[in-house]
Amino acid sequence: MIRLTRLNKSYPMASSKLHVLKGIDLSIAPGELVAIMGASGSGKSTLLNVLGLLDGYDDGDYHLDGQRIGQMSETKAAGLRASLLGFVFQSFNLIPFKTAVENVALPLYYQEVPRRKRNKLAEEYLDRVGLADRAGHLPRELSGGQQQRVAIARALISNPKVILADEPTGALDSQTSLEVMEVLREINATGVTLLIVTHEREVAARTRRVIRLRDGRIEGDGPPETVFGTASPAPAAFAHVVASTSDSAPAAVLAT
Amino acid sequence: MTHLLDLDHWQEIRVALLRNRTRTLLTAFGVFWGIFLLMVMLGSGSGLRNGVLQGFSDGATNSFFLWTQRTQKPYAGMPAGRGIRMTNADVAAIREKVPEAEVVAPRNQLRGFGGGNNVSRGRKTGAFSVMGDYPEIRRVQSLRIETGRFLNPIDVEESRKVAVIGTRVRELLFARGEEPIGDSIVIRGVYFQVVGVFVSPQTGDAAERDAQTIFVPFTTFQRAFNYGDRVGWMAIISRPDVPASVAEEKVLSLLRSRHKVAPDDLRAFGHFNLEEEYTKIQGLFSGIRLLVWIVGVGTLAAGVIGVSNIMLIIVRERTKEIGIRRALGAKPSAVVSQIVSESVILTSLAGYLGLVAGIALVVGIGRLLPPGGAGMFLDPDVGVGEALQALAILVVAGVLAGLAPAQRALAVSPTVALRSE
Ligand SMILES: Nc1ncnc2c1ncn2[C@@H]1O[C@H](COP(=O)(O)OP(=O)(O)O)[C@@H](O)[C@H]1O
Ligand SMILES: [Mg+2]
Repeated sequence: MIRLTRLNKSYPMASSKLHVLKGIDLSIAPGELVAIMGASGSGKSTLLNVLGLLDGYDDGDYHLDGQRIGQMSETKAAGLRASLLGFVFQSFNLIPFKTAVENVALPLYYQEVPRRKRNKLAEEYLDRVGLADRAGHLPRELSGGQQQRVAIARALISNPKVILADEPTGALDSQTSLEVMEVLREINATGVTLLIVTHEREVAARTRRVIRLRDGRIEGDGPPETVFGTASPAPAAFAHVVASTSDSAPAAVLAT
Repeated sequence: MTHLLDLDHWQEIRVALLRNRTRTLLTAFGVFWGIFLLMVMLGSGSGLRNGVLQGFSDGATNSFFLWTQRTQKPYAGMPAGRGIRMTNADVAAIREKVPEAEVVAPRNQLRGFGGGNNVSRGRKTGAFSVMGDYPEIRRVQSLRIETGRFLNPIDVEESRKVAVIGTRVRELLFARGEEPIGDSIVIRGVYFQVVGVFVSPQTGDAAERDAQTIFVPFTTFQRAFNYGDRVGWMAIISRPDVPASVAEEKVLSLLRSRHKVAPDDLRAFGHFNLEEEYTKIQGLFSGIRLLVWIVGVGTLAAGVIGVSNIMLIIVRERTKEIGIRRALGAKPSAVVSQIVSESVILTSLAGYLGLVAGIALVVGIGRLLPPGGAGMFLDPDVGVGEALQALAILVVAGVLAGLAPAQRALAVSPTVALRSE
């Protein structure tokens, strides 16, 4: 689904260049659930920007869904983003003056889906993340966990092949983090490729592959157990989290 | 561009503009004021124009007046400074030799203004202008008959002692409710029968002057006041297909040769060309209108620049939001159309209100004016064409005002979406 070969990216500075991604080689198959970890400043967000077609790169190669991604017009990039990619952000990034359902429908607005149809779809996706009853609420009327689930529904609505999440649980308490992680895992279970940037071990432990970045290079790549050297969390402990938050653990998501 | 048909597009604009109401209102006011001023100035301009041109309303604009002055140059053995007298023979000569002159109406005048009383009726006396005229004078000077009639050709033919008087004359010589028609007044010791009362359609001083005027037949005037065959001045109307200035030149050169005036002695005869005057005033008002447009569009431009500035600030404030929208698949064209739409809506809505308010004020003032107008002001109005022009300018201005902010919005990188503040 994603293939990077010797990819380099640097930011131009006043006099020199800041070399951020230093020859990244990476291949991610469809349906994978991958965590990207690394210290602050190691280049995680930069990598996600490149993968998400939000930013370009200097040299190397990037193939997304079989297409080579080189220099392209902003219009074409926007089209590819709309059709292939979904984003989940640390600070949720909901439009503050739009209701939950309007936020979820927004990507379809830019794909010129008729209003009635996109709003109906948005309600379905809100239902899938367990927020059908909050459709008319503004972001500020929702908890952090609920806002992130709205954002996840928004990322899902255009039926993307890849979802890129930058610290999706960074602004949430650990309990809520695990709930959101569960929603993401369920989405991955439907076949969507999922890349999660995180610095939390609990989150990374719930993926199937962890990539460690250090100073713009891949330092480690493998299943969580080998990267962390520990076993993945016991299913029992996980069941406890789900049970204790039964109202927000979306049955609908679990069912799909 | 299909999203222009999407309700959400307009909803977003509404939300964006209402988010900071005070700022939006202040910005909108700039545009509102520009258009408002433009409309009021255009309306006032037209009111002034109507008021001034009203004086020409019924009077033929292809007419001119001419009178004698003194020669400025010696010629044919005659010294400079010689006085000239026009006579009935000159009138006949013009009628015969200048076919371009359709109507030749000689006039004489007894001055009343500032002079002693020259008209009486019983014990009542007054100082009035007495005009000896042909009936055709009405084609040059517009008059409305209130009661009775104006002079007719038979009055002139038979030198009847009849008079048509202005309203002020009636006021001063007749008691309230007294019927002047058929009664007599005495002008310089000669009895005249009043056959009509006229009203001036003019305003201000001109109306005042008309009201104190008495018309008597030209021929009667010459006989009654011992003018012999003297002609004081002439009003001449050129044929409809001939400009007054052409007929004027011909008449003047004929008179110069008849009175042995040097052909290049331009001051020997005085003349006043209504057509020229009309064109001059028309030109003056075209100038005023142009000025109004320049000032109005300038004011409007200031308002539009205000809109552009505010939109730039809005774009800066919404950088993150724009980045998010772009990450979610908003194409550059969608971003541009969003910003430009906001600008156009703000500008044209504010402008439309200014347009309506300005026109309402102009029409309101028009309603408050007395029917004949006040002073030099009559029927102020803004043409539909001008209003539409202003609206078109507004929409274009709105687009222009949105371009710079839209450019700024396009420069927002979608990567700002991933940046955490
Ligand atoms: N737009 C940018 N311009 C210049 N330098 C940047 C930009 N974005 C990130 N950087 C720099 O690149 C490096 C990697 O940043 P980032 O990818 O955000 O790291 P992480 O997400 O892993 O914390 C940092 O040193 C950061 O300061
Ligand atoms: Mg980061």
